[in-house]
Amino acid sequence: MSGISTRRLLALCRKESYQIVRDPSNILIAFVLPVLLLFLYGFAINLDANLVKIGVLRLDDGPAAVSFEQQLQGTPAFEIHHGASLRALQDAMARGEIRGLVVIRNDFSTRWLHGKDAAIQVLTDGSEPNTANFVSSYVQAAWQNWQQARAPLADGTPTPGVELRPRAWYNPATISRDYLVPGSIAVVMTVIGALLTSLVVAREWERGTMEALLATPVTEAELLLSKILPYYLLGMVAMALCTVVAVLLMGVPFRGSFLVLAGSSTLFLGAALGFGLFLSTVLRNQFDAAQAALTAGFLPAMMLSGFVFEINSMPWPLRWLTRLFPARYFTSSLQTLFMAGTVPAILVPNALFLALLMAFWITLTARKTTRTLD
Amino acid sequence: MNEGGPRARDASSKSSLVLPPVLTGQSPASTSDAAIEVRDLVKRFPGAPAAALDQVNTVMRTGTITGLVGPDGAGKTTFLRTLAGLLKPTQGEVRVLGLDPQAQSGELRELIGYMPQKFGLYEDLSVLENLTLYADLRDVVGAEREATFKQLLAFTDLAAFTDRYAGKLSGGMKQKLGLACSLLGHPKILLLDEPGVGVDPISRRELWKMVRALSRDGLTVVWSTAYLDEAELCDDVRLMAEGRIRASGTPQELMATMAGRCFQITQLADSPRSLLHRVLNAPEVIDGAIQGSTVRLVLREVNVFPDLALLGAGPEAAFKAVPPRLEDAFISLLGGGPGGDSALAEVTQAREPDPALDPAAIIRARHLCKQFGSFKATDDVSFEVARGEIFGLLGPNGAGKSTTFKMECGLLKPTSGQALVMGLDLQHSPSEARQQLGYMAQKFSLYSSLSVRQNLLFFSEIYGLQGETQRFKVQQMIETFDLTPYLETLAGQLPLGFKQRLALACCVMHEPQVLFLDEPTSGVDPVTRREFWNHIHGLANKGVTIIVTTHFMDEAEYCDRIGLVYRGKLIALGRPDDLKRRCATEERPDPTMEDAFIELILEAEP
Repeated sequence: MSGISTRRLLALCRKESYQIVRDPSNILIAFVLPVLLLFLYGFAINLDANLVKIGVLRLDDGPAAVSFEQQLQGTPAFEIHHGASLRALQDAMARGEIRGLVVIRNDFSTRWLHGKDAAIQVLTDGSEPNTANFVSSYVQAAWQNWQQARAPLADGTPTPGVELRPRAWYNPATISRDYLVPGSIAVVMTVIGALLTSLVVAREWERGTMEALLATPVTEAELLLSKILPYYLLGMVAMALCTVVAVLLMGVPFRGSFLVLAGSSTLFLGAALGFGLFLSTVLRNQFDAAQAALTAGFLPAMMLSGFVFEINSMPWPLRWLTRLFPARYFTSSLQTLFMAGTVPAILVPNALFLALLMAFWITLTARKTTRTLD
Repeated sequence: MNEGGPRARDASSKSSLVLPPVLTGQSPASTSDAAIEVRDLVKRFPGAPAAALDQVNTVMRTGTITGLVGPDGAGKTTFLRTLAGLLKPTQGEVRVLGLDPQAQSGELRELIGYMPQKFGLYEDLSVLENLTLYADLRDVVGAEREATFKQLLAFTDLAAFTDRYAGKLSGGMKQKLGLACSLLGHPKILLLDEPGVGVDPISRRELWKMVRALSRDGLTVVWSTAYLDEAELCDDVRLMAEGRIRASGTPQELMATMAGRCFQITQLADSPRSLLHRVLNAPEVIDGAIQGSTVRLVLREVNVFPDLALLGAGPEAAFKAVPPRLEDAFISLLGGGPGGDSALAEVTQAREPDPALDPAAIIRARHLCKQFGSFKATDDVSFEVARGEIFGLLGPNGAGKSTTFKMECGLLKPTSGQALVMGLDLQHSPSEARQQLGYMAQKFSLYSSLSVRQNLLFFSEIYGLQGETQRFKVQQMIETFDLTPYLETLAGQLPLGFKQRLALACCVMHEPQVLFLDEPTSGVDPVTRREFWNHIHGLANKGVTIIVTTHFMDEAEYCDRIGLVYRGKLIALGRPDDLKRRCATEERPDPTMEDAFIELILEAEP
């Protein structure tokens, strides 16, 4: 690496900015794509089941059975379908019309009155495990609530002294959007960071302008910086846009410091842009570079960042692999900043790793940026 | 040839060519010392079987224009890039202005102006923004910048277009802007990589005049080109082939080696095409070509003539000595032309003409127009091509040749007008009609990751050949075009000449009646071009109708009739000789096709 002339660097940055502004695809990638993806992730990927249709087959007309059925009906998460027969409801489940099935047997009220082991049967659709779990736990909760309410009536014993009241910290309403949106911002920024820069060096090679540039007194450092700085600014604007959309339009809380957010984003963008630039420099072909940036940027960011799949439940080789991807640290930082606040114990190590990755990719790109065409 | 060259023709007087020293370095150096010295230069690229540059030794003098001439793949670009310090030599020594382009690259970069192919311009930046960028990069600032810009813009006639994006400039204007950018910051050496490719002839001549003026003021210029007629104007020439410099010297010296060997046979009894075939097969002849109504030939030895009576040239026929050309010297160096036979024509069955068709208009264009947005790519073009005729569409890049061509073969829908082939509109006609035609696309459009055999099989299948016929035709093509040693080679790795052969094989395998050839000879060496035209002539003799586009003006001579396309319009239509005769003057009794083209453009413009 050789020296930097401010005039040359500014000239190159100005040129790059003209190109950014004049190419509508840049605007599309930097501003339209993130908002689009954010809405997609924020609304389409939703781990909460809002209203699940379940079937209830009540074969008993006794008061206990009726009251339990009412309890189920009172659960806001369920939409109850009554079926005439077990067969009809099973068919409905096979067709996917209902996601679960509760059977109240014909001796339910009698057994309950006599303090015997009154049981209900819950059938769930195992082909959708998430929903199945959800159905069974909600039915269980309804069953417990109902039992507690009925218990004194049954044999005079008071309600149990211990009551389980789960409380989810940082996301009390356990709205999955609140933690998915920060994660998806990381995914979106990975994609646009890598995509934006993967095109720019390859474009110069394809159009033959790199050759003309290299024949002038330009240095490697100037070339590299002129490819990073304008796109960093563009990336930060996209980042700000994502935050605004998340907080104002999607109602995701933000509990941390904006300054820390800007700092984390800077380090992350450094790593993501460095990665895209590396691909572009090595492949020298816009199509290949964009393809590689999408595959190597988007997929790991989606799978291995902890955005959808928790890293702690991955097998150890995968857990180690996640450490190589900046999206992992950025996802964690963003989730912390949005949901918990400025927690240095999480943010500082993340920042260190991001800085390391940024240094790694930019150094590697610098080494691959040559003054010759060989 | 030389008489008609740009140097001689200073008709345009709009740009003053007296350049201030600011553009050319402070003091014109003496003309004797060496600006560029190259010793035993070898450049190998990893994975490539042959060296791109193989033991190159040469010296280029200060203040001269040295032409680097050769076909694609000869090593011209590699050589220029090595001089500019953009490629590291594998072996050997390079000194540019006494500096090592690798070790002293920093100093040297300040002294070199380099214009790569495609001119190195940012298409989404305006003329002024491009200039400003390169001025900043080369530290041309302040009052000096203002003065230089003013001079360059006047010099290149771009002053009125400073706000236009480079991508929206014509080929000739791009070329001038590229030159202006490479002239910023007092270069002492100017390296130009194929600056004239595909640019219209008027712009080519203007560029030539500018560069000539610069060299008079002491600038050393290296100009690479695939056009041998362009090279004839240089002070010094290096003929390159396969990574080696095959000959060096002034064009006059090189052409002098051919003295007494170049002749024309005039007053022919028969068509020149059939005579050419026999002339090329005569052992005394190493090369020949049609020139209007005559046949031009190059003898193997001085004054050892073939027997005109044996050739059947007719009772009146006579030899007439003509001045040698650089191309003659090059072909002689490459071992002579390919003879006159076409193995392809020999295996092609002559077909009886279809009585239902008008033999005078197998191909017909009626008032063809194609508009892209506000841009008229083709503007009211009409012509007819007769059975067995070779019809050439000539013009610079972007003139509308390819658009016209694609409408004619049904690949593009005309905005208005009609394109007919054998009486059918290919836009609507069934695939049986297309079965009757062969199409060779620009850049040969082969599947580069398939082997030669796989390409042949694939194209035979899409043209509906099956079973025994398919096997027979594929084998026939392999033998006809000598493809046996390359059968398992991937098409992308073939030498350019063989790519061209394979592409031709793929489009004639199904024995089409009409052949569409889009820039089929672009970039290939002159010997391969000769061979290609032998095939085309042979096919035409068998009754195949051929339409071909080219931006080589001299290839017009191979066509029976040509249409000159310029800015979307067909500005002239006729036999090459007739078009040339139209612009013959007393000072220039025997104009070249390029002279004719320029004259016709000037006539067509208001």
